[in-house]
Amino acid sequence: MTGVSQVRDGESRSGEAQRGGRDHDLRSAHRAARLERLGDRASWIYTALVFAFLFLPILIVVIYSFNAGRHVTELKGFSTQWYVSAWSDRFLMKALRNSLTIATVTAVLATVMGSASALAMARLRPRLRSLVELLTYVAIIVPGIVIGIATLIFLVTAFDWLNPWLVYLAGGDAPHLGLGTASVIAAHTLFTTAIVTVLVRTRLQGMDRTLVEASEDLYATPWRTFVQVTFPQLLPAIVAGTLLAFTFSFDDFIVAFFTSGQDQTVPIYLFASIRRGVSPQVNAIATVLLAVTILAMLLAGLAYRRGQRRSGSATDTGGASVSAVVATEAAEPTQAPS
Amino acid sequence: MAHSGRAAAGDHAPRRGLAGLLVVPAGLWYVGFLIAPLVVLVVMSVGERSPNGGYAPGLTLDQYANLTTRITPLTNTLGLAALNTFICLLVAFPVAYTLALKVRGSWKLVLVALVIVPFWTSFLIRTYAWMTLLGANGIPRIAAWVGFGDVQLLNTPFAVSLGIVYNYLPLMVLPIFVSLERLDRSFLEASRDLGAGPVGTIRQIVLPLAAPGILSGIVLVFIPVMGEYLIPTLLGGGKTYFLGNALADLFLQSRNWPFGSALATVFVVGMVVLVAGYLAVSRRLIWAGRESSLL
Repeated sequence: MTGVSQVRDGESRSGEAQRGGRDHDLRSAHRAARLERLGDRASWIYTALVFAFLFLPILIVVIYSFNAGRHVTELKGFSTQWYVSAWSDRFLMKALRNSLTIATVTAVLATVMGSASALAMARLRPRLRSLVELLTYVAIIVPGIVIGIATLIFLVTAFDWLNPWLVYLAGGDAPHLGLGTASVIAAHTLFTTAIVTVLVRTRLQGMDRTLVEASEDLYATPWRTFVQVTFPQLLPAIVAGTLLAFTFSFDDFIVAFFTSGQDQTVPIYLFASIRRGVSPQVNAIATVLLAVTILAMLLAGLAYRRGQRRSGSATDTGGASVSAVVATEAAEPTQAPS
Repeated sequence: MAHSGRAAAGDHAPRRGLAGLLVVPAGLWYVGFLIAPLVVLVVMSVGERSPNGGYAPGLTLDQYANLTTRITPLTNTLGLAALNTFICLLVAFPVAYTLALKVRGSWKLVLVALVIVPFWTSFLIRTYAWMTLLGANGIPRIAAWVGFGDVQLLNTPFAVSLGIVYNYLPLMVLPIFVSLERLDRSFLEASRDLGAGPVGTIRQIVLPLAAPGILSGIVLVFIPVMGEYLIPTLLGGGKTYFLGNALADLFLQSRNWPFGSALATVFVVGMVVLVAGYLAVSRRLIWAGRESSLL
């Protein structure tokens, strides 16, 4: 009996100490949980505010594009007059044609040369490969404004030297070389090719080699292995690269600002008209560009998702919209040049 | 055995010749429109200014010597770019953290896509939108109406910072998001079980593991901000001077090509050094991460 009571005694004593500790633990755990809930709520509110910050200006542009008033302060009711006046603006339409031509040619050239360069790189001698890698990274690193300036002075110097020769060789009706759409394409294709190369190369390196080996073991020719195995796996990266090249080219202001000569692009036109004094027409152009971009993103996202479902491969992004993939891949300068 | 032998050989060996030729178009393009222009840039930077502007041949380091006396745009830009990159990081980190660790399921993708949407809209239009908002008829008018009196927002350094944060936020959020997304959640639980509070967990677990993402975000924002031209021109009214504005002035207005070339050359070299340093550090960070996960 005594033994039992002693044991009980001991138990209760240690139990008290434990209870005290547990109470303390519970309280601090409680506090921590409350703090975490509070932190969660704060981070949600904060994130919502940042999203509002991101979308408020865009929303304003869209709303005012349908505003009948001339000034931002007068909300006068719904009107599509700015769209009509934008559509009938001869200079704007010329700029749009230039921009579309530049972006399309750039996207095609960058996709073809960039993908080819990424595919070739694995087969180059190591030293040559490092050189190509270095050039690719430099093309991405060099700031747009320097690309613009360097291309400008290079082409101006080259044309100064070439034009007299052309006159000498072909006489008075010789073509006079000058800055224009073509020089913008040259500069845009430079850095977009590098971007496509990096995207495709990253995908290529992450690819499962066993499929290629299986195909080779089944006596497929290299060409058939490429068409049936490698290419389908590379397609999302290639499509992403094309979209990125097109958007970068279409959106670029600074490179075109230096290299376009007399040919205006849409961003240059917008810049000029903003400096002249804001016209509500700018809002209308912006809204159309916005709508086209979002539509393209949705379509690309859908296509990417369908492609993934068909191939049944689950990537780490789990079939996100292609833009998310593009931006994350672009935002992460993944492999260091080895 | 035969298999692995062949696979290993397939990586390096034969067919080298033909497939390697695929690199030729891109290579020619790099030579013609990257190397040649950069060479011309360097040649011009050691030249002299001809009396009527533009370039006169020469071999002198005068332009680089001039840089030391006219260094303000360079130091100015460095300071402003660093400051604004830091503000961008402060704004972006909580967003990336919330998106990566608090949001679940398909919402996460939707929200990440939403962060990117502004990034895909025209840079010029985004900046122009802020011109309307900050201009005399935008927020200042509302402020005056509420009773704050005259507030000048447009054409101030504040407007430039705002424009930079607004335009480059996605570039900061995304890499941090990606690195946090890969973070092993059991670390967070372990940290909590070991008695660390939320702040301690963030400081000791989240920040070190997000370091590679933070670093890429900083590089991705810092480089383009250094060469920024549009934002200071449109939102800063030309008062806040960036390297981009200085270069545009030198080449388009005052036509001092040799000096502009020297400035541009220094800029490019600086950026390449910066990125090389970044690559070295990030490689070490990735290695440190690997080692700690082995332990």
